[in-house]
Amino acid sequence: MPPQPLGTARAARAFFGDLATSDTALRQLLHGLPGVDQAGAEARAAFLATRSVKKDSKLFALELAIAMIDLTTLEGADTPGKVAALCAKALRPDPADGDVPHVAAVCLYPDLVAVARREIGDKGVAVAAVATAFPSGRATLSVKLADVRQALDAGADEIDMVIDRGAFLSGCYGQVYEEVRAVREACGEAVLKVILETGELATLDNVARAAWLAMLGGADFIKTSTGKVSPASTAPVALVMLSAVRDFADATGRRVGVKVAGGIRTAKDAIRYLVLAYETAGEEWLHPSAFRIGASSLLNDLLMQRAKQLSGAYQGPDYFTVD
Amino acid sequence: MVSPRTSTSESHPASRLEVRKTYKLFIGGAFPRSESGRSYPVLAPDGRLLANAARASRKDVRDAVVAGRAAVARWKAATAYNKGQVLYRVAEMLEGHGDQLAREVAEAEASTIRAARRAVAATVDRLVWYAGWADKFAQVAGSANPVAGPFFNFSLPEPTGVVGVLAPRASSLLGLVSVLAPPVVTGNTVVVLAGEERPLPAVTLAEVIATADVPAGVVNILTGRSAELAPVLAAHMDVNAIDLSGAEQPDRAELNRLAAGNVKRVFASDDDWTAPPTLARLRAFVETKTVWHTVGC
Repeated sequence: MPPQPLGTARAARAFFGDLATSDTALRQLLHGLPGVDQAGAEARAAFLATRSVKKDSKLFALELAIAMIDLTTLEGADTPGKVAALCAKALRPDPADGDVPHVAAVCLYPDLVAVARREIGDKGVAVAAVATAFPSGRATLSVKLADVRQALDAGADEIDMVIDRGAFLSGCYGQVYEEVRAVREACGEAVLKVILETGELATLDNVARAAWLAMLGGADFIKTSTGKVSPASTAPVALVMLSAVRDFADATGRRVGVKVAGGIRTAKDAIRYLVLAYETAGEEWLHPSAFRIGASSLLNDLLMQRAKQLSGAYQGPDYFTVD
Repeated sequence: MVSPRTSTSESHPASRLEVRKTYKLFIGGAFPRSESGRSYPVLAPDGRLLANAARASRKDVRDAVVAGRAAVARWKAATAYNKGQVLYRVAEMLEGHGDQLAREVAEAEASTIRAARRAVAATVDRLVWYAGWADKFAQVAGSANPVAGPFFNFSLPEPTGVVGVLAPRASSLLGLVSVLAPPVVTGNTVVVLAGEERPLPAVTLAEVIATADVPAGVVNILTGRSAELAPVLAAHMDVNAIDLSGAEQPDRAELNRLAAGNVKRVFASDDDWTAPPTLARLRAFVETKTVWHTVGC
C-alpha cells in the first residue's frame, strides 16, 4: 500500500458527508489537498524515465501499450474513408501478424461515430467520441449534453468530455462539478473520460484539484489533454494524476483510470508512461480498463519495435500501414 | 616519419599539456560519442597506440539511419547544381586540411608522408571528379525514349534513399571517399562504417564534411567493430541499399542474405582505388523513373 498523503482521506470523507456541492465546500476540499511538490514531481518523473526495459519485459510492455491505445483521429479533414481505415487498423494493427492484440478503442468526433460503429460492430474495440464542444468546451451545458446524447445514439461506448477550464480557473468549481455530473448522468452505462487539458491549468496543484473534481463528478477515466493544446501530456502531469487516482481509490475504493494523450509518438515514451503508472498507481492500473494512451502515430512505432524484438532487425516505416 | 606529438612539443614549452582530439562518431551533423560509452584503441600497423576511437553500437547504427532518413527529402530535392557545389566545397575544405589528413593517413597505413600527401591529393581530385558528375549524370544515365504516340517519354535516375556503406579497410581516405562520394552525389544519404583498423582519417573527414555545407544527416560516419555493426546495417529494414566493398570476401554472403530481408540494392566491387574511377558506383545507387508527358503544340 503506497503511503497516503495527509488529509486526503479526511477531506474526501468530509466531502461525501456534505451533500451540498457548493463552490465553498468544493474549494475547501480541493484546496485542502496536499500541495504538489513540482520540483519533486519533475525529478521523480525524470528518474523513472531512465528505467531500462529490455527483452521479454519490453515485448510485454509493447503489446500492453498496443492494447491500451485509443487510436485517435481528430482532424477537420477526417472522412468516413479515413475512419474506416482507422477502424481496420484498430482491429488488426499488423495485417501480417495476427498475434498483435487489437487496440482498446478508436477515438473520433461524434459525427463519425456511426461509421466507426458499422466498421467495428461488436469485435471488442470500443468506439469513443469526444463530445461537449471538444476541444475548447466553450458551449452551454445543453449544447454539450446534446453532443453527448448524439454520440451515444450513434453507438459510442465511451465519451471523452472536456471540462470548462475557464470556470475551473476562475474558481467556479461547483459549475465544473455539475457539468461532469450532468454528463455522467447522460452517459448512463457508457465509459466517461474527463479531459482536464492540463496544458491550460498552469500548475500541478491545479492538475490535482481538477483530477479530484472530475473523479468526484463520476469520471471513469481522467485524461490529460485534448491534443490540441501545447504542452499536452507530460510525465510530471501524468505522475500527479496517477497519484490522484491512487489516493482516490484509497479513500473511496473506486478505481478511476488515467488516459494520457497528446504528443506520445514513440514506443519509448509509451513505455515510460507504463513505468510511471506501475510505480505510481500500482499494478492494477496496467490494464486497458485503467490506463489508456491516446495516440495515432504511436501505434506504428510500437509495431515496429515489436517486430524488432521478434526479428532482431531494425524496422522501417515502409513495411507498416499508413494511419 | 613526422609525428604530430614531436612537432607540437617543439613549438611549445615542454611543460605544456597536449590537448588531444577525441575521435567521435558523426551522426546527423553532430559529433556524439557512442551511446554505449565504449571506445576502442586504434593501433598503427607497428602496434603503436594512435588514439582511442568511439566504438559504435547497434543503437548508434539505428540513430544514424534515422538521421539519414530524415535528410533524404531535402538532399534529394536539392538541385543537381547545388549538390555539385556542395561536393566541390568538401573538396576545397579537404585541401585545407591536407596536412592533418596526410599525417593521419601516413600513421594509419604506415606509409611515407609523401605517399600520404599523394593519397590526399588523389582524394581531393576524386571528390572533384564526382562533384562534376552531379549535373551531368542524369544526361548519361537517363534517356528520352521513342514511343508510338504524342508523348515525350523520359527515363531519369532517382536516388534510392538511405545507403549503407562499408568503407574499405586498407585505403583509409582515398578508398573511403571513393565509396562515399558516388551515392551522395546521386542524391542518396549515407551511413558509413569506417574501416575498423584505420578509422581516424574518416573522423577527420567527418569534421571536414561538417563544415562544408553538407546538410546534417546526409553523411553519417560510424567507427567500431565491423563484425558487430555490419550485420545490423545490412538487416536494417529502413536502409535501401548497401555497398559491401569494404566487407571481407567470406562475410559477404551472410551480409547479402541479411540485405535480402527488404531487397536492398547490394553493390560490391574490389576496386583499385588508385585507378581512375568509372560510372559503376554512380549507377549502383539510383533507380530509374520513367515519366510520360504529352507533346504540347
